Amino acid sequence: MRSDGSLTALMLFLPPAVLLFSLFVIWPIFTAVDLSFYKWNGYGDVTNFVGFDNYGILLKNSIFHQSLFNSFKLLLASIFLQIPLALVLALLLYRKTSANTAFRLIFFAPYILAEIATGLIWSFIFDGDYGVSAMVADKLGSEPFYILADKQWAFWTIITVVVWKYFGYHMMIFIAALQAVPTDLIEAAEIDGASPLKTIWYVKLPMILHAIKLSVLFAITGALQVFDIIIPLTNGGPSNSTHSIVSFLYTFGLARMNVGFGAAVGVVLFILCVGTAFSYKRLAIDKGGQL
Amino acid sequence: MKRYAVLAVLAVGMFASAPVLAETVKVLSIEPNVKEGRDFYASAIEKFEKANPDIKIQFDYLDDTSFKSKLPTLLQSSARPDIFYTWTGGVFHEQADAGVLKDISGEVDKKTLDTFAPGGIKALTYNDKLYGLPMYAGVVVLFYNKELTQKAGVDPTTIKTWDDFLAAVKTIKDAGITPIVVGGKSKWPLQHYYGYLATRIAGVDGIAAAKAGENDGLAGPDFVKAGEEFKKLADLQPFQPGFMDTDNSKAGGLFGDGRGAFILAGNYMIGAQKRNSTSGQGISDDKLGFIPFPVITGGKGDPADTFGGINGWLVSKNATPAASKFLASLMNLDNQTVSAGMDLWLPIVKGADAGIRNANVKAIANLLAAAPHHQLYLDQELGANVGAAMNDASAELATGDISPDEAAQMVEEAHQMH
Repeated sequence: MRSDGSLTALMLFLPPAVLLFSLFVIWPIFTAVDLSFYKWNGYGDVTNFVGFDNYGILLKNSIFHQSLFNSFKLLLASIFLQIPLALVLALLLYRKTSANTAFRLIFFAPYILAEIATGLIWSFIFDGDYGVSAMVADKLGSEPFYILADKQWAFWTIITVVVWKYFGYHMMIFIAALQAVPTDLIEAAEIDGASPLKTIWYVKLPMILHAIKLSVLFAITGALQVFDIIIPLTNGGPSNSTHSIVSFLYTFGLARMNVGFGAAVGVVLFILCVGTAFSYKRLAIDKGGQL
Repeated sequence: MKRYAVLAVLAVGMFASAPVLAETVKVLSIEPNVKEGRDFYASAIEKFEKANPDIKIQFDYLDDTSFKSKLPTLLQSSARPDIFYTWTGGVFHEQADAGVLKDISGEVDKKTLDTFAPGGIKALTYNDKLYGLPMYAGVVVLFYNKELTQKAGVDPTTIKTWDDFLAAVKTIKDAGITPIVVGGKSKWPLQHYYGYLATRIAGVDGIAAAKAGENDGLAGPDFVKAGEEFKKLADLQPFQPGFMDTDNSKAGGLFGDGRGAFILAGNYMIGAQKRNSTSGQGISDDKLGFIPFPVITGGKGDPADTFGGINGWLVSKNATPAASKFLASLMNLDNQTVSAGMDLWLPIVKGADAGIRNANVKAIANLLAAAPHHQLYLDQELGANVGAAMNDASAELATGDISPDEAAQMVEEAHQMH
């Protein structure tokens, strides 16, 4: 028994946290797992046990396959487009000058916008009848284009908007990390005759690797959860081709009152999130030693 | 301690200041699209409260989507509203089956019941029990822009059959005019085509039989045929460019702006095409025409049958008789004549149509009055899940992503899943 009072502190401060966590995280997860074995339309008692039927339907559902694939595309875009873009901008803007501050503000602004507002703004931009894209087409004298009505391109549009919205957030993480890189290291490299690119490659990037790893983790979990940008932009259409896993869950589980089916989608999403987050942590972060 | 005492005094004061016998009836509605709608409810409540000082009405609004998703939980909690809005059909039946509604047959006298059109009362009745009262109907018709059809050399009043309509669409398209405006992003406006065709081909009885699982259910030959006829239209590419990125309110605006000759919509479109147009004026009443939905040769449905909505109010379990008392008052002839004057809704109370001012609305109300059957929108009729599958199937038929067979199959699969 320790005598420094840490046990008392533990006894005092742990229960509220454990209680809240259990009530709002653990308990809903178990309820969702339980519900996913039932067919339930939201009314009355949950009695219609169907075993793994909901999962079976889910596995065969082609729209779910498309949604999974879309979420995967979002994940790749977040890691391989968004983070490099954020990194380049951070390297350009991390020094403290007033012009840099202004640019940082501009690039960070999309992140502050509410997701729904972002979706509405961009749906106006892409609106081929009354929106910005209609004006552009009119000025160019070409036929208006309706990118969000096009199965081929609609999801790329969503990816663009997601990258546009969140790159500023990652940029800020990188800027903070870059500003913490000791200047004497950079100066030493310069004195040794390292070119700016080499300084970046051999000094700055290794010094902010922990921030990059953290950013990638945020990008992964964020990409798996994209929802409120899709609803106002395409509402999952055309022909249900632009759903993410979460918008699929909402549209086919909640809006249609297939609560059990929705719970099954939620369980799959949960496993995917936890699975990727843990394996990423093991692969990238633990090996690197620190976060 | 002193603070608690103050709170206690305040609480006692609050109870004491309320009239001793006052009873509150909670009503939950969807947000009316126009200010007139809100004003109508406010004045009807004021009148009722004046006549019944012992009853207070608490009237709350939610937008459509939140209303639909919050209602199941709300109805099963103690915070449930006494009266709530309904689109009738499948969702209403699920609620009745779940036992969250109250049978008010005994609380509404025959005299009151007789003031309604029988079809309306039927829509709020399930397994011979009356769970609420109907308030208004909507009827879907083919609206057209007289200037554009004239320019294309088409006289819509001569369109009687679906083939006539297809021919007219072709002529209009050849004249370089967009034949039809539709809000494909909302999906259900496309279901109007599929559903109306099914009503014409299978008939109201045929749809009821399919719903009960007869004749291969919703994948039966009549529904495949409806899909085929719809595909004939879709193959003509009659819709405005980018129709899958147009929601229904924007479609109303496009139609009001003269960007297409036809729109298939409920009577509400008469006002919506004005409100949503760029100028706010839309198509003036004398330049806006409509025809009933065309007939399919050899179809089992009566050519005079209409397709649309019936909306009203349901009473939840444990509600006191004050709830049905308020509903009866809301639905009295005075109130309903006022509401008919908004030209938004087709009244269900007999005689209230005297309040209708707009000639087109009047003509549509006559169409409804003369209809042997009024088929409920198929997405409402079939409930949340199958209804959504119906909307999906209609949208994918329109984009050509699936065949009529696959569309009917898709709906039936959802039907069996339930």
